[in-house]
Amino acid sequence: MIRLEAVTFAYEPAHPVLERLDFHLAEGERVVLNGANGAGKTTVLHLMVGLVRPGSGRIVAFGRERRSEADFVEVRAQAGLLFQDADDQLFCPTVAEDVAFGPLNQGKSRAEARAIVHETLAALGLEELEQRVTHKLSGGQRRLVSLAAVLAMRPRALLLDEPTNALDEATRERLLAILDSLPLAMVVVSHDGEVRERLATRQVRLVNGRLE
Amino acid sequence: MSVIPAARARGSALDAARAGEGRALVARLDPRSRVLLAVAFTGAVVLAESLSALSIALGVAIGLALLARLPWRLTLRRLLALEGFMLVVLALLPFTVPGRILAEPLGFGLSAEGLRQAAQIALRANAVAVALAALLGSLEVVALGRALARLGAPSRLVHLFLFTVRYIGVLEQEYGRLRLAMRARAFRPGPGLHCWTSLGHLFGMLLVRSLERAERIDAAMRCRGFTGRFHLLDDHGPERPGALDLGVGAASTAALLLVVGLGL
Ligand SMILES: Nc1ncnc2c1ncn2[C@@H]1O[C@H](COP(=O)(O)OP(=O)(O)OP(=O)(O)O)[C@@H](O)[C@H]1O
Ligand SMILES: [Mg+2]
Repeated sequence: MIRLEAVTFAYEPAHPVLERLDFHLAEGERVVLNGANGAGKTTVLHLMVGLVRPGSGRIVAFGRERRSEADFVEVRAQAGLLFQDADDQLFCPTVAEDVAFGPLNQGKSRAEARAIVHETLAALGLEELEQRVTHKLSGGQRRLVSLAAVLAMRPRALLLDEPTNALDEATRERLLAILDSLPLAMVVVSHDGEVRERLATRQVRLVNGRLE
Repeated sequence: MSVIPAARARGSALDAARAGEGRALVARLDPRSRVLLAVAFTGAVVLAESLSALSIALGVAIGLALLARLPWRLTLRRLLALEGFMLVVLALLPFTVPGRILAEPLGFGLSAEGLRQAAQIALRANAVAVALAALLGSLEVVALGRALARLGAPSRLVHLFLFTVRYIGVLEQEYGRLRLAMRARAFRPGPGLHCWTSLGHLFGMLLVRSLERAERIDAAMRCRGFTGRFHLLDDHGPERPGALDLGVGAASTAALLLVVGLGL
């Protein structure tokens, strides 16, 4: 579905982050990606949806090579990215509005968007949060609502950046059960052993800008 | 520095006011009516010149506050903050505005015009502050944003407003964290260069973090298909004004016409 070919990337020329990195996410696969802090895991996810652009190499996603911002608009609708910090992800005042943001951008009508909001929140067991104000949610609730916001766009793949970070035992369990039940391809950045056991169909490690 | 604790105080005041929002007349008004009423009232007060008109305006504002069942203790505390701010200006005006001298304490001339202007400003500011507290203070900010949007305010402004509301708290937390980090390492404000450079770092850091957060939010928005057009998911509440709204609208229009007609 998503393929990185010989991708090189650096925020600053003196410190390359990725060097000729190859990666392929196939249909139905759940890849757990780990590596030391600062190894470039978040960067890999951001490259896949075009939030940063490679210095060299190709990004092929959903059957086409992607280069421009316009190319990536389409990719982002199909590959949902869950950010490392949920506060960045929930920018609308209320939960309902936040979850509806993606569908409305995809051209759904308000009624359709509202139906999607109900459905998605119900699927995650978050109905009672619908009218809540986002900045008054707890950390775990924010993470789950962020996931709902991503799922509301009906993506074909999920890119999750440390999804279980700072969650308590019960919420983590719930999140893992939800993720396990989703029939989507995933790339999960995580240091969490349980995530690896429960979800991974394949594991890769990022070292010195390459995967092993 | 006092800006941020003040923001928190305001947040809790709003919360408290919201809790008191039961069957109060003002609370039953459509948010749009409240916005329009607030704008009309403020406009009238700003234009009114005579002291008697301004006194009536203050009376009306207090009446509104009673109708809104504002928690008076909190409202007074907020007003006090405003009063403290104005006191300096008001105390100086009678001595600095030229005009007919009424008295000359300690050799400084106290002018009638200055006194009049000071009274005008005090009445105006308080009337507007009380009326806004009554009409908008008890309104959930999100509802206020929607009301503005449905009244046709530019969508960029409305979203700017909503984003500000959303992220003031986050910035405040960030500020709190940075302050805590400083205190955890035994920083105490005091005289001397060290204090000022540290505070400089604190605010510089706050600025950098805000910018970075703005970039991340932009990224998050683009990830969800944002291409520059905002859509609002909202049509809760009646689309058309209710009888109450029409009644209040008619009454206040009549009152305004009366004021203008009598040339107050
Ligand atoms: N905006 C930026 N500007 C400059 N350098 C950056 C920026 N973002 C990240 N870096 C650098 O790029 C490298 C990779 O960062 P990245 O965030 O991808 O790491 P990560 O593997 O996700 O780390 P972590 O496990 O801590 O989340 C790091 O060395 C970091 O210092
Ligand atoms: Mg990271």
